[in-house]
Amino acid sequence: MSDSPSASFLPEHPPVTDWVHDFDHTDPVWTDDPFPIWETLRAASPVVHTERFLGCYMPTTYQAVKEIAYDTEHFSSRRVIVRDVRPEISARAPPITSDPPEHKPAKQVLLPPFTPDAMKRLEPRVRAICNELIDEFIADGHCDAAARYTKHIPVRAIAHMLGIPEKDGDLFIKWIHQILELGIKNEEELMNGVREMTGYFMAHLEQRKLQPGDDLISQLLRAKGPGGQPLTDEHVLGSLRLLLIAGIDTTWSAIGSSLWHLARTPADRERLVAEPALIPIAIEEFLRAYSPVTMAREVMKETTISGCPVKAGNMVLLSFPAANRDPAMFPDADKVVIDRKENRHAAFGLGIHRCVGSNLARMEMQVAIEEWLKRIPDFRLDPAGKVTWSEGTVRGPRQLPVLFGKNA
Amino acid sequence: MSKLRIRVDQDKCQGHARCKSLAPELFELDEFGNAHEAGDGTVPAGLEDKAWLAQTNCPEIAIEVTEE
Repeated sequence: MSDSPSASFLPEHPPVTDWVHDFDHTDPVWTDDPFPIWETLRAASPVVHTERFLGCYMPTTYQAVKEIAYDTEHFSSRRVIVRDVRPEISARAPPITSDPPEHKPAKQVLLPPFTPDAMKRLEPRVRAICNELIDEFIADGHCDAAARYTKHIPVRAIAHMLGIPEKDGDLFIKWIHQILELGIKNEEELMNGVREMTGYFMAHLEQRKLQPGDDLISQLLRAKGPGGQPLTDEHVLGSLRLLLIAGIDTTWSAIGSSLWHLARTPADRERLVAEPALIPIAIEEFLRAYSPVTMAREVMKETTISGCPVKAGNMVLLSFPAANRDPAMFPDADKVVIDRKENRHAAFGLGIHRCVGSNLARMEMQVAIEEWLKRIPDFRLDPAGKVTWSEGTVRGPRQLPVLFGKNA
Repeated sequence: MSKLRIRVDQDKCQGHARCKSLAPELFELDEFGNAHEAGDGTVPAGLEDKAWLAQTNCPEIAIEVTEE
Protein backbone atom coordinates (compact mmCIF):
# COMPACT_ATOMS: atom_id res chain seq x y z
CA MET A 1 0.00 0.00 0.00
CA SER A 2 1.32 3.48 -0.75
CA ASP A 3 1.81 6.25 1.82
CA SER A 4 -0.66 8.56 0.20
CA PRO A 5 -4.20 7.27 -0.22
CA SER A 6 -4.54 9.31 -3.40
CA ALA A 7 -1.49 7.74 -5.07
CA SER A 8 -3.53 4.88 -6.48
CA PHE A 9 -5.97 7.25 -8.18
CA LEU A 10 -5.29 7.51 -11.87
CA PRO A 11 -5.78 10.80 -13.67
CA GLU A 12 -9.36 11.67 -14.57
CA HIS A 13 -10.24 10.79 -18.16
CA PRO A 14 -10.39 13.78 -20.51
CA PRO A 15 -13.83 14.21 -22.11
CA VAL A 16 -14.27 12.43 -25.44
CA THR A 17 -14.46 14.59 -28.57
CA ASP A 18 -13.80 11.90 -31.23
CA TRP A 19 -15.80 8.78 -30.36
CA VAL A 20 -14.63 6.75 -33.36
CA HIS A 21 -10.89 6.99 -32.57
CA ASP A 22 -10.97 7.73 -28.84
CA PHE A 23 -14.01 5.99 -27.32
CA ASP A 24 -14.36 5.70 -23.54
CA HIS A 25 -17.14 3.66 -21.94
CA THR A 26 -16.65 5.52 -18.64
CA ASP A 27 -17.36 8.94 -20.18
CA PRO A 28 -20.48 10.54 -18.67
CA VAL A 29 -22.02 11.00 -22.13
CA TRP A 30 -21.77 7.23 -22.74
CA THR A 31 -23.10 6.45 -19.25
CA ASP A 32 -26.12 8.67 -19.79
CA ASP A 33 -27.09 7.49 -23.31
CA PRO A 34 -24.76 5.07 -25.13
CA PHE A 35 -27.12 4.16 -27.98
CA PRO A 36 -26.37 7.03 -30.42
CA ILE A 37 -22.64 6.54 -29.74
CA TRP A 38 -22.82 2.88 -30.74
CA GLU A 39 -24.64 3.88 -33.91
CA THR A 40 -21.83 6.30 -34.79
CA LEU A 41 -19.17 3.67 -34.08
CA ARG A 42 -20.99 0.98 -36.07
CA ALA A 43 -21.34 3.30 -39.06
CA ALA A 44 -17.55 3.92 -38.92
CA SER A 45 -16.29 0.33 -38.68
CA PRO A 46 -17.14 -3.17 -37.37
CA VAL A 47 -14.17 -2.77 -35.01
CA VAL A 48 -13.00 0.56 -33.54
CA HIS A 49 -9.98 1.32 -31.35
CA THR A 50 -9.04 3.70 -28.56
CA GLU A 51 -5.63 4.45 -27.05
CA ARG A 52 -7.30 4.75 -23.66
CA PHE A 53 -7.14 1.79 -21.23
CA LEU A 54 -3.60 1.04 -22.58
CA GLY A 55 -5.15 0.21 -25.95
CA CYS A 56 -8.61 -1.27 -26.48
CA TYR A 57 -10.79 -2.41 -29.39
CA MET A 58 -14.55 -2.50 -29.51
CA PRO A 59 -16.52 -4.68 -31.96
CA THR A 60 -19.62 -2.69 -32.93
CA THR A 61 -21.69 -5.25 -34.89
CA TYR A 62 -23.39 -8.46 -33.79
CA GLN A 63 -21.21 -10.36 -36.26
CA ALA A 64 -17.92 -8.95 -34.93
CA VAL A 65 -18.96 -9.55 -31.30
CA LYS A 66 -19.86 -13.13 -32.19
CA GLU A 67 -16.54 -13.77 -33.97
CA ILE A 68 -14.61 -12.65 -30.89
CA ALA A 69 -16.83 -14.51 -28.41
CA TYR A 70 -16.30 -17.77 -30.34
CA ASP A 71 -12.53 -17.28 -30.81
CA THR A 72 -10.87 -18.44 -27.59
CA GLU A 73 -7.56 -18.97 -29.40
CA HIS A 74 -6.83 -15.30 -30.09
CA PHE A 75 -8.90 -13.79 -27.28
CA SER A 76 -8.36 -14.66 -23.61
CA SER A 77 -10.86 -14.21 -20.78
CA ARG A 78 -8.15 -13.86 -18.15
CA ARG A 79 -9.13 -10.18 -17.83
CA VAL A 80 -12.86 -9.58 -18.06
CA ILE A 81 -12.99 -5.88 -17.18
CA VAL A 82 -11.47 -3.09 -19.27
CA ARG A 83 -9.58 -0.86 -16.84
CA ASP A 84 -6.96 1.89 -16.83
CA VAL A 85 -4.32 -0.51 -15.50
CA ARG A 86 -3.37 -4.13 -16.10
CA PRO A 87 -1.82 -5.38 -12.88
CA GLU A 88 -0.63 -8.96 -12.32
CA ILE A 89 -3.56 -11.34 -12.38
CA SER A 90 -4.28 -12.39 -8.81
CA ALA A 91 -7.93 -12.87 -7.89
CA ARG A 92 -9.25 -15.34 -10.45
CA ALA A 93 -12.94 -16.14 -10.73
CA PRO A 94 -13.28 -19.44 -12.61
CA PRO A 95 -14.88 -20.17 -15.03
CA ILE A 96 -15.50 -16.59 -16.23
CA THR A 97 -11.75 -15.81 -16.19
CA SER A 98 -10.78 -19.26 -17.54
CA ASP A 99 -9.77 -20.22 -21.08
CA PRO A 100 -9.86 -23.72 -22.60
CA PRO A 101 -8.96 -26.35 -21.49
CA GLU A 102 -9.42 -25.21 -17.84
CA HIS A 103 -12.75 -23.57 -18.61
CA LYS A 104 -14.99 -26.57 -19.19
CA PRO A 105 -14.42 -28.52 -15.94
CA ALA A 106 -14.69 -25.30 -13.91
CA LYS A 107 -18.00 -24.50 -15.58
CA GLN A 108 -19.45 -28.03 -15.37
CA VAL A 109 -19.23 -27.82 -11.56
CA LEU A 110 -21.38 -24.67 -11.48
CA LEU A 111 -24.02 -25.63 -14.04
CA PRO A 112 -26.23 -28.13 -12.13
CA PRO A 113 -27.17 -25.70 -9.32
CA PHE A 114 -28.39 -23.16 -11.93
CA THR A 115 -30.63 -25.22 -14.22
CA PRO A 116 -34.20 -23.98 -14.83
CA ASP A 117 -35.50 -26.77 -12.56
CA ALA A 118 -33.20 -25.68 -9.72
CA MET A 119 -34.45 -22.12 -10.20
CA LYS A 120 -38.07 -23.27 -9.91
CA ARG A 121 -37.28 -24.45 -6.39
CA LEU A 122 -35.90 -21.02 -5.51
CA GLU A 123 -38.80 -19.13 -7.11
CA PRO A 124 -41.20 -19.06 -4.11
CA ARG A 125 -38.52 -17.44 -1.93
CA VAL A 126 -37.83 -14.79 -4.60
CA ARG A 127 -41.56 -14.09 -4.90
CA ALA A 128 -41.72 -13.60 -1.13
CA ILE A 129 -38.64 -11.32 -1.19
CA CYS A 130 -40.29 -9.11 -3.83
CA ASN A 131 -43.46 -8.79 -1.79
CA GLU A 132 -41.58 -8.08 1.45
CA LEU A 133 -39.81 -5.22 -0.36
CA ILE A 134 -43.03 -3.84 -1.88
CA ASP A 135 -44.73 -3.96 1.54
CA GLU A 136 -42.16 -1.49 2.81
CA PHE A 137 -43.01 1.33 0.36
CA ILE A 138 -46.36 0.69 -1.31
CA ALA A 139 -48.31 2.93 1.09
CA ASP A 140 -46.04 5.91 0.31
CA GLY A 141 -47.20 6.32 -3.31
CA HIS A 142 -43.61 6.91 -4.41
CA CYS A 143 -40.20 5.30 -4.12
CA ASP A 144 -36.76 5.03 -5.63
CA ALA A 145 -37.37 1.66 -7.29
CA ALA A 146 -33.61 1.05 -7.68
CA ALA A 147 -32.74 1.69 -4.04
CA ARG A 148 -35.85 0.11 -2.52
CA TYR A 149 -36.62 -2.78 -4.91
CA THR A 150 -34.39 -3.88 -7.80
CA LYS A 151 -31.14 -3.63 -5.83
CA HIS A 152 -32.17 -6.04 -3.09
CA ILE A 153 -33.77 -8.87 -5.07
CA PRO A 154 -30.64 -10.53 -6.53
CA VAL A 155 -28.61 -9.93 -3.37
CA ARG A 156 -31.16 -11.68 -1.18
CA ALA A 157 -31.74 -14.47 -3.71
CA ILE A 158 -28.02 -15.28 -3.91
CA ALA A 159 -27.59 -15.01 -0.15
CA HIS A 160 -30.45 -17.49 0.18
CA MET A 161 -28.77 -19.88 -2.30
CA LEU A 162 -25.45 -19.63 -0.45
CA GLY A 163 -27.04 -20.15 2.96
CA ILE A 164 -25.87 -16.74 4.15
CA PRO A 165 -28.03 -14.26 6.14
CA GLU A 166 -29.99 -12.15 3.65
CA LYS A 167 -29.18 -9.06 5.71
CA ASP A 168 -25.49 -9.44 4.73
CA GLY A 169 -26.61 -8.29 1.31
CA ASP A 170 -25.56 -4.72 2.11
CA LEU A 171 -21.96 -5.89 2.41
CA PHE A 172 -22.20 -7.55 -1.02
CA ILE A 173 -23.50 -4.32 -2.52
CA LYS A 174 -20.54 -2.38 -1.08
CA TRP A 175 -17.95 -4.84 -2.45
CA ILE A 176 -19.53 -4.86 -5.88
CA HIS A 177 -19.44 -1.08 -6.03
CA GLN A 178 -15.75 -1.11 -5.03
CA ILE A 179 -14.79 -3.79 -7.55
CA LEU A 180 -16.91 -2.99 -10.59
CA GLU A 181 -17.27 0.79 -10.50
CA LEU A 182 -14.56 2.38 -8.33
CA GLY A 183 -12.10 -0.38 -9.32
CA ILE A 184 -11.92 0.72 -12.97
CA LYS A 185 -9.88 3.74 -11.93
CA ASN A 186 -8.80 2.92 -8.37
CA GLU A 187 -6.74 -0.21 -7.71
CA GLU A 188 -6.81 0.25 -3.94
CA GLU A 189 -10.62 0.27 -3.74
CA LEU A 190 -10.70 -2.86 -5.86
CA MET A 191 -8.17 -4.72 -3.72
CA ASN A 192 -9.95 -3.69 -0.50
CA GLY A 193 -13.22 -5.03 -1.87
CA VAL A 194 -11.64 -8.31 -2.96
CA ARG A 195 -9.82 -8.74 0.37
CA GLU A 196 -12.91 -8.17 2.51
CA MET A 197 -15.01 -10.45 0.35
CA THR A 198 -12.40 -13.22 0.49
CA GLY A 199 -12.17 -13.00 4.29
CA TYR A 200 -15.94 -13.13 4.63
CA PHE A 201 -16.32 -16.19 2.42
CA MET A 202 -13.31 -17.98 3.94
CA ALA A 203 -15.10 -17.88 7.31
CA HIS A 204 -18.22 -19.40 5.71
CA LEU A 205 -16.11 -22.08 4.01
CA GLU A 206 -14.57 -23.13 7.31
CA GLN A 207 -17.98 -23.19 8.93
CA ARG A 208 -19.47 -25.39 6.14
CA LYS A 209 -16.56 -27.82 6.43
CA LEU A 210 -17.58 -28.38 10.05
CA GLN A 211 -21.33 -28.30 9.41
CA PRO A 212 -22.18 -29.08 5.78
CA GLY A 213 -25.67 -28.19 4.56
CA ASP A 214 -27.69 -28.11 1.33
CA ASP A 215 -26.57 -24.61 0.37
CA LEU A 216 -24.43 -23.81 -2.66
CA ILE A 217 -21.22 -23.33 -0.65
CA SER A 218 -21.58 -26.84 0.78
CA GLN A 219 -22.37 -28.18 -2.70
CA LEU A 220 -19.19 -26.62 -4.10
CA LEU A 221 -17.14 -28.06 -1.25
CA ARG A 222 -18.57 -31.52 -2.06
CA ALA A 223 -18.06 -31.13 -5.84
CA LYS A 224 -15.26 -32.95 -7.63
CA GLY A 225 -12.89 -31.21 -10.00
CA PRO A 226 -11.49 -32.60 -13.28
CA GLY A 227 -9.25 -35.30 -11.72
CA GLY A 228 -11.94 -36.45 -9.29
CA GLN A 229 -10.28 -34.35 -6.56
CA PRO A 230 -12.29 -31.92 -4.45
CA LEU A 231 -11.96 -28.29 -5.53
CA THR A 232 -9.31 -26.27 -3.75
CA ASP A 233 -10.43 -23.55 -1.33
CA GLU A 234 -9.01 -20.99 -3.76
CA HIS A 235 -11.19 -22.39 -6.55
CA VAL A 236 -14.34 -22.35 -4.39
CA LEU A 237 -13.56 -18.80 -3.25
CA GLY A 238 -13.02 -17.75 -6.86
CA SER A 239 -16.37 -19.18 -7.92
CA LEU A 240 -18.12 -17.47 -5.00
CA ARG A 241 -16.45 -14.20 -5.99
CA LEU A 242 -17.81 -14.75 -9.47
CA LEU A 243 -21.37 -15.45 -8.28
CA LEU A 244 -21.39 -12.27 -6.29
CA ILE A 245 -19.72 -10.03 -8.85
CA ALA A 246 -21.62 -11.43 -11.81
CA GLY A 247 -24.94 -12.24 -10.22
CA ILE A 248 -25.99 -9.12 -8.45
CA ASP A 249 -25.70 -5.70 -10.07
CA THR A 250 -26.30 -7.37 -13.45
CA THR A 251 -29.77 -8.61 -12.56
CA TRP A 252 -30.49 -5.55 -10.46
CA SER A 253 -29.73 -3.52 -13.60
CA ALA A 254 -31.88 -5.72 -15.83
CA ILE A 255 -34.89 -5.49 -13.52
CA GLY A 256 -34.34 -1.73 -13.17
CA SER A 257 -34.16 -1.09 -16.92
CA SER A 258 -37.34 -3.12 -17.42
CA LEU A 259 -39.20 -1.05 -14.80
CA TRP A 260 -37.74 2.16 -16.26
CA HIS A 261 -39.12 1.19 -19.68
CA LEU A 262 -42.53 0.29 -18.26
CA ALA A 263 -42.70 3.51 -16.21
CA ARG A 264 -42.40 5.57 -19.39
CA THR A 265 -44.34 3.33 -21.80
CA PRO A 266 -47.97 3.06 -20.64
CA ALA A 267 -49.06 0.97 -23.64
CA ASP A 268 -46.52 -1.78 -22.86
CA ARG A 269 -47.31 -1.64 -19.15
CA GLU A 270 -51.06 -1.95 -19.72
CA ARG A 271 -50.55 -4.82 -22.13
CA LEU A 272 -48.40 -6.80 -19.65
CA VAL A 273 -50.90 -6.17 -16.85
CA ALA A 274 -53.67 -7.49 -19.12
CA GLU A 275 -51.58 -10.34 -20.58
CA PRO A 276 -49.15 -11.56 -17.90
CA ALA A 277 -48.38 -14.63 -20.03
CA LEU A 278 -46.47 -12.29 -22.34
CA ILE A 279 -44.05 -11.24 -19.57
CA PRO A 280 -41.37 -13.90 -20.34
CA ILE A 281 -41.27 -12.82 -24.01
CA ALA A 282 -41.18 -9.13 -23.03
CA ILE A 283 -38.29 -9.86 -20.69
CA GLU A 284 -36.25 -11.27 -23.57
CA GLU A 285 -36.87 -8.01 -25.41
CA PHE A 286 -35.84 -5.93 -22.37
CA LEU A 287 -32.70 -8.08 -22.16
CA ARG A 288 -31.99 -7.33 -25.82
CA ALA A 289 -32.73 -3.63 -25.83
CA TYR A 290 -31.23 -2.82 -22.40
CA SER A 291 -28.60 -5.55 -22.04
CA PRO A 292 -26.75 -4.72 -18.84
CA VAL A 293 -23.47 -6.58 -19.30
CA THR A 294 -20.40 -5.66 -21.33
CA MET A 295 -17.55 -8.15 -21.05
CA ALA A 296 -13.89 -7.94 -22.02
CA ARG A 297 -11.20 -10.02 -23.67
CA GLU A 298 -7.45 -9.61 -24.03
CA VAL A 299 -5.95 -10.06 -27.51
CA MET A 300 -3.28 -12.79 -27.25
CA LYS A 301 -2.36 -13.17 -30.93
CA GLU A 302 -2.79 -10.95 -33.96
CA THR A 303 -5.83 -11.78 -36.06
CA THR A 304 -8.60 -10.27 -38.19
CA ILE A 305 -12.18 -9.61 -37.07
CA SER A 306 -14.81 -8.75 -39.70
CA GLY A 307 -11.91 -7.74 -41.97
CA CYS A 308 -10.27 -5.49 -39.37
CA PRO A 309 -6.76 -6.25 -38.09
CA VAL A 310 -6.55 -6.76 -34.31
CA LYS A 311 -3.18 -6.67 -32.53
CA ALA A 312 -1.97 -8.52 -29.45
CA GLY A 313 -1.56 -6.59 -26.21
CA ASN A 314 -4.83 -4.69 -26.57
CA MET A 315 -7.98 -5.28 -24.59
CA VAL A 316 -11.39 -5.76 -26.21
CA LEU A 317 -14.57 -4.16 -24.90
CA LEU A 318 -16.96 -6.99 -25.79
CA SER A 319 -20.22 -5.11 -25.96
CA PHE A 320 -23.12 -7.54 -26.07
CA PRO A 321 -25.40 -4.51 -25.52
CA ALA A 322 -24.15 -2.87 -28.75
CA ALA A 323 -24.44 -6.18 -30.65
CA ASN A 324 -28.06 -6.39 -29.55
CA ARG A 325 -28.81 -2.99 -31.11
CA ASP A 326 -27.35 -3.92 -34.52
CA PRO A 327 -30.05 -3.33 -37.18
CA ALA A 328 -28.37 -5.89 -39.46
CA MET A 329 -29.39 -8.55 -36.91
CA PHE A 330 -32.60 -7.12 -35.43
CA PRO A 331 -35.21 -5.27 -37.52
CA ASP A 332 -36.24 -2.06 -35.71
CA ALA A 333 -33.30 -2.64 -33.39
CA ASP A 334 -33.89 0.66 -31.59
CA LYS A 335 -37.56 -0.08 -30.92
CA VAL A 336 -38.69 -2.11 -27.92
CA VAL A 337 -41.14 -4.67 -29.34
CA ILE A 338 -42.41 -6.60 -26.32
CA ASP A 339 -43.77 -9.46 -28.45
CA ARG A 340 -40.76 -9.74 -30.77
CA LYS A 341 -40.92 -13.18 -32.40
CA GLU A 342 -37.30 -13.74 -33.45
CA ASN A 343 -34.84 -12.72 -30.79
CA ARG A 344 -31.41 -14.34 -30.80
CA HIS A 345 -30.10 -11.69 -28.44
CA ALA A 346 -26.69 -12.10 -26.85
CA ALA A 347 -27.39 -10.50 -23.47
CA PHE A 348 -25.98 -13.56 -21.70
CA GLY A 349 -23.03 -13.86 -24.07
CA LEU A 350 -22.35 -16.28 -26.91
CA GLY A 351 -20.21 -19.41 -26.96
CA ILE A 352 -18.55 -21.20 -24.05
CA HIS A 353 -18.84 -18.27 -21.63
CA ARG A 354 -22.65 -18.16 -21.72
CA CYS A 355 -23.66 -16.68 -18.36
CA VAL A 356 -23.92 -19.53 -15.85
CA GLY A 357 -26.62 -17.61 -13.98
CA SER A 358 -28.85 -16.84 -16.95
CA ASN A 359 -31.67 -19.05 -15.66
CA LEU A 360 -31.46 -17.36 -12.26
CA ALA A 361 -31.48 -13.89 -13.82
CA ARG A 362 -34.49 -14.73 -16.02
CA MET A 363 -36.43 -16.16 -13.09
CA GLU A 364 -35.66 -13.12 -10.91
CA MET A 365 -36.65 -10.71 -13.69
CA GLN A 366 -39.89 -12.52 -14.40
CA VAL A 367 -40.90 -12.76 -10.74
CA ALA A 368 -39.85 -9.16 -9.99
CA ILE A 369 -41.88 -7.75 -12.90
CA GLU A 370 -44.88 -10.01 -12.25
CA GLU A 371 -45.11 -9.13 -8.57
CA TRP A 372 -44.55 -5.40 -9.19
CA LEU A 373 -47.26 -5.26 -11.89
CA LYS A 374 -49.71 -7.23 -9.72
CA ARG A 375 -49.41 -4.74 -6.88
CA ILE A 376 -48.40 -1.55 -8.72
CA PRO A 377 -50.01 -1.79 -12.15
CA ASP A 378 -49.99 1.96 -12.69
CA PHE A 379 -46.76 3.91 -12.17
CA ARG A 380 -44.64 6.56 -13.86
CA LEU A 381 -41.30 8.29 -13.53
CA ASP A 382 -41.28 11.04 -10.91
CA PRO A 383 -40.77 14.28 -12.87
CA ALA A 384 -39.26 15.88 -9.74
CA GLY A 385 -36.59 13.17 -9.46
CA LYS A 386 -33.65 12.15 -11.61
CA VAL A 387 -32.85 8.75 -13.12
CA THR A 388 -29.12 7.97 -12.92
CA TRP A 389 -27.23 5.11 -14.60
CA SER A 390 -24.24 3.08 -13.41
CA GLU A 391 -20.87 3.67 -15.03
CA GLY A 392 -18.73 1.16 -16.87
CA THR A 393 -19.18 -2.55 -17.32
CA VAL A 394 -22.73 -3.08 -16.11
CA ARG A 395 -25.46 -0.67 -17.15
CA GLY A 396 -28.68 -0.08 -15.26
CA PRO A 397 -30.56 2.57 -13.30
CA ARG A 398 -29.03 3.36 -9.90
CA GLN A 399 -31.74 5.91 -9.03
CA LEU A 400 -35.22 5.28 -10.36
CA PRO A 401 -37.76 7.58 -8.70
CA VAL A 402 -41.33 6.54 -9.53
CA LEU A 403 -44.85 7.63 -8.53
CA PHE A 404 -47.80 5.27 -8.09
CA GLY A 405 -50.97 4.68 -6.07
CA LYS A 406 -52.37 8.03 -4.93
CA ASN A 407 -49.71 9.82 -7.07
CA ALA A 408 -50.13 7.80 -10.28
CA MET B 1 -48.19 -30.22 -44.05
CA SER B 2 -44.94 -32.17 -44.09
CA LYS B 3 -43.57 -33.67 -40.91
CA LEU B 4 -40.85 -31.77 -39.06
CA ARG B 5 -37.88 -33.16 -37.20
CA ILE B 6 -35.62 -31.23 -34.85
CA ARG B 7 -32.06 -31.87 -33.70
CA VAL B 8 -29.91 -29.98 -31.19
CA ASP B 9 -26.25 -29.79 -32.19
CA GLN B 10 -24.42 -30.70 -28.96
CA ASP B 11 -21.24 -28.95 -30.10
CA LYS B 12 -23.12 -25.67 -30.44
CA CYS B 13 -25.64 -25.76 -27.57
CA GLN B 14 -24.44 -23.66 -24.61
CA GLY B 15 -27.49 -24.12 -22.42
CA HIS B 16 -29.30 -20.79 -22.94
CA ALA B 17 -32.51 -22.86 -22.57
CA ARG B 18 -34.54 -20.55 -24.79
CA CYS B 19 -35.89 -23.60 -26.64
CA LYS B 20 -37.10 -25.27 -23.44
CA SER B 21 -38.88 -22.09 -22.43
CA LEU B 22 -40.58 -21.58 -25.81
CA ALA B 23 -41.32 -25.22 -26.70
CA PRO B 24 -41.16 -27.32 -23.53
CA GLU B 25 -42.83 -30.30 -25.27
CA LEU B 26 -40.04 -30.57 -27.84
CA PHE B 27 -36.87 -30.30 -25.73
CA GLU B 28 -35.30 -31.83 -22.65
CA LEU B 29 -32.51 -30.38 -20.55
CA ASP B 30 -29.74 -32.52 -19.06
CA GLU B 31 -28.18 -32.06 -15.60
CA PHE B 32 -25.99 -29.24 -16.96
CA GLY B 33 -28.95 -27.45 -18.51
CA ASN B 34 -27.95 -28.27 -22.09
CA ALA B 35 -30.80 -29.02 -24.50
CA HIS B 36 -31.62 -32.22 -26.35
CA GLU B 37 -34.51 -32.95 -28.69
CA ALA B 38 -37.27 -34.90 -26.92
CA GLY B 39 -37.53 -38.50 -28.14
CA ASP B 40 -36.34 -38.97 -31.71
CA GLY B 41 -36.92 -35.31 -32.53
CA THR B 42 -40.15 -35.84 -34.45
CA VAL B 43 -42.39 -32.81 -34.01
CA PRO B 44 -45.98 -33.86 -33.16
CA ALA B 45 -48.70 -32.37 -35.34
CA GLY B 46 -49.76 -28.95 -34.04
CA LEU B 47 -46.37 -28.08 -32.56
CA GLU B 48 -44.70 -27.03 -35.82
CA ASP B 49 -44.86 -23.30 -34.99
CA LYS B 50 -43.19 -23.93 -31.65
CA ALA B 51 -40.37 -25.84 -33.37
CA TRP B 52 -39.69 -22.88 -35.66
CA LEU B 53 -39.99 -20.45 -32.74
CA ALA B 54 -37.35 -22.38 -30.78
CA GLN B 55 -35.11 -22.50 -33.86
CA THR B 56 -35.32 -18.75 -34.50
CA ASN B 57 -34.59 -17.80 -30.89
CA CYS B 58 -31.54 -19.97 -30.23
CA PRO B 59 -28.59 -17.57 -29.81
CA GLU B 60 -26.08 -20.26 -30.81
CA ILE B 61 -28.03 -21.42 -33.92
CA ALA B 62 -27.77 -24.91 -32.48
CA ILE B 63 -31.23 -26.16 -33.52
CA GLU B 64 -31.82 -27.74 -36.91
CA VAL B 65 -35.36 -28.16 -38.18
CA THR B 66 -35.78 -30.44 -41.21
CA GLU B 67 -38.89 -31.20 -43.20
CA GLU B 68 -39.46 -34.87 -44.03
